[in-house]
Amino acid sequence: MIVRNTDRVIIQGITGKQGTFWTQKMQDYGTQIVAGVNPKKPGITHCEVPVFASAKDTMAEVPFDVSVLFIPPLACKAAALDAIEAGCKKVAILTEHIPVHDVMYIMAAAKANDAQILGPNTAGQVTPGECFIGFMPAFEASIFKPGHIGVISRSGSLGTLICLNVVQAGYGESAFIGIGGDPVIGTTTLDALKALDTDEKTKAIVLVGEIGGSMEEQAAEYAQNMTKPIVSFIAGRSSPPGKKMGHAGAIVMGNKGTYESKRKALEAAGVNVLDSPSDVGTALKSMLNQC
Amino acid sequence: MNFEEHAGKALLRQAGIKTPAGMLASTQEQAEKIAADIGPCVIKAQVPTGKRGKAGGIQLAASPQQASQQAGKILDMEIGGYKVETVLIEQQGRIQQEYYAALMNDSNSKCPMIMFSAAGGMDIEEIAETHPEQLRKTHININKGFDESTALELIEGLDFEADSKKLAAVLSQLYQLYLSNDAELVEINPLVLLEDGGVIALDCKFVLDDSSISRQQQIAQQGTPDKLTWLESQAKDHDLKLVELDGDIGVIANGAGLTMTTMDVITYYGGNPANFLEIGGEAYTKATEALKLLLGKPGLKSLVINFCGAFARTDVMTDGIINAWEELKPDLPVFFSIHGTGATEAKVMLQKRLNMHSYPTMDEAVQAAIAVKSRG
Repeated sequence: MIVRNTDRVIIQGITGKQGTFWTQKMQDYGTQIVAGVNPKKPGITHCEVPVFASAKDTMAEVPFDVSVLFIPPLACKAAALDAIEAGCKKVAILTEHIPVHDVMYIMAAAKANDAQILGPNTAGQVTPGECFIGFMPAFEASIFKPGHIGVISRSGSLGTLICLNVVQAGYGESAFIGIGGDPVIGTTTLDALKALDTDEKTKAIVLVGEIGGSMEEQAAEYAQNMTKPIVSFIAGRSSPPGKKMGHAGAIVMGNKGTYESKRKALEAAGVNVLDSPSDVGTALKSMLNQC
Repeated sequence: MNFEEHAGKALLRQAGIKTPAGMLASTQEQAEKIAADIGPCVIKAQVPTGKRGKAGGIQLAASPQQASQQAGKILDMEIGGYKVETVLIEQQGRIQQEYYAALMNDSNSKCPMIMFSAAGGMDIEEIAETHPEQLRKTHININKGFDESTALELIEGLDFEADSKKLAAVLSQLYQLYLSNDAELVEINPLVLLEDGGVIALDCKFVLDDSSISRQQQIAQQGTPDKLTWLESQAKDHDLKLVELDGDIGVIANGAGLTMTTMDVITYYGGNPANFLEIGGEAYTKATEALKLLLGKPGLKSLVINFCGAFARTDVMTDGIINAWEELKPDLPVFFSIHGTGATEAKVMLQKRLNMHSYPTMDEAVQAAIAVKSRG
């Protein structure tokens, strides 16, 4: 999913410390925030928008397209189901450490209602020059600038470094899609790649992966038939097997989820896989010059 | 969180799945006494890791004396890095056939996945290779669930001698266990048909979803916490994620992805990272604790500090590092790479208070850290 400034966005958990801070940042940047949710504080105004008891109540009064959740882990299932059942088709979940079974209930509801989920455990999505959702520093001119490079990342911190390198090389981003570091997530690497492939503004893509799972391998299959050039960096090459490296999804089990398997699949699809994220700028320059 | 076999089997019994009669022993004397009560038995090392059989941690005993002997051998072992402290002693049964059953969180389908094989007793990769026609798996719609009738559909046509209703009941009970205990994985291998027609679980592997521990505290007490080094457990007490490695270049970075990447870049240029230490998310204000911890690790020749600010501000992180540095005045070469939110302020701070600078790229910081001669 790529959020636009024409999208009407609500914040579930708007009154919390993080919710308030990032709602203001999103508003300042151009995200169209139309309402907030807090079951205990319906009727108040917060960050200059009305607050409702639920996403369903909100939808009846103030229709919206996207919901962003700033909600603690054990309350996320109910909040996400509320948004999906209200008819919201795009739900972004930033929270880390949600029980995986709860995530599977959310995914089942999303599938049944034809909704897209971004995350959990995502830093969010930035459409430079237009709007952003989540907690990415869209407002930092050294990191985000309107342009034509689409960036996909499981990690927020590494994704930020990549974007910094993109801007330093003289480019800008069409969209940054943070997909999240959890083992079960809604928008996969492949989903994000398809979104950027069909996005008119995007001319080239940086795919930032991680050890664990098989999302990069699935994306590689699709990448084979793409014409837009792709540069990739996969984190975790030096991580010991069987150990969780910070992200719950970043773990090599037996021969599954290895760096080698991901690199091999991407290279076979014609993707330029880098040894260091600092090489992103140079790689983009040589690829875009060839086009 | 991994569970030892006996703890997993307790969950199976609560769900209604039968297991052999047995008891735990931590001495040879206890083993002998238990064997005298239950007759010919199997003695199994209790460690939260696989390949126990191949390591010699599972032995048969026909008599109490033999049980004592075998238990003595196994209680001396170390398997997969774990010292064996208890053995499970179980009655031997007359086995007619072996099967495989498992339920797990499946990342690809985003659903629970159940697997059953009419061939069992070997690991699942081997089953998939040697008996693919006997292996069935299906994704479960978590809103619809999985009951005996869907279990019967799953196993229909497979080559087993057990009563299909009994097998279906076990699979449905296994799903209930998986669901109510927030399992990441529950595996019975082998599930066996006894000569008397009974279906029982000879082994059990249970893994609790780490993100569910907060709401499964009662069963989590039966699990085995990750084996941590002294430094790792100190870090855990401070809510910091640290993994100790063998190298000599320390790493502090923010965010899991950036920390892994810093290790990767060190390795790429021929160095050896000493650790993974992340101060991301809510922990980004803990740079002081992080640095103090890492300085306690012997054998470091240099340190790379790699910050890229997004939600977490690099000036806050750098301030924390400088505070610890001023307090401890460590004699250790340190190399900074600071970018993103708050980087300008952070670099000024670094210059003013420590007379140090940040390298233009992490590659340059890493290469400088590698170039330091190791000590002694």
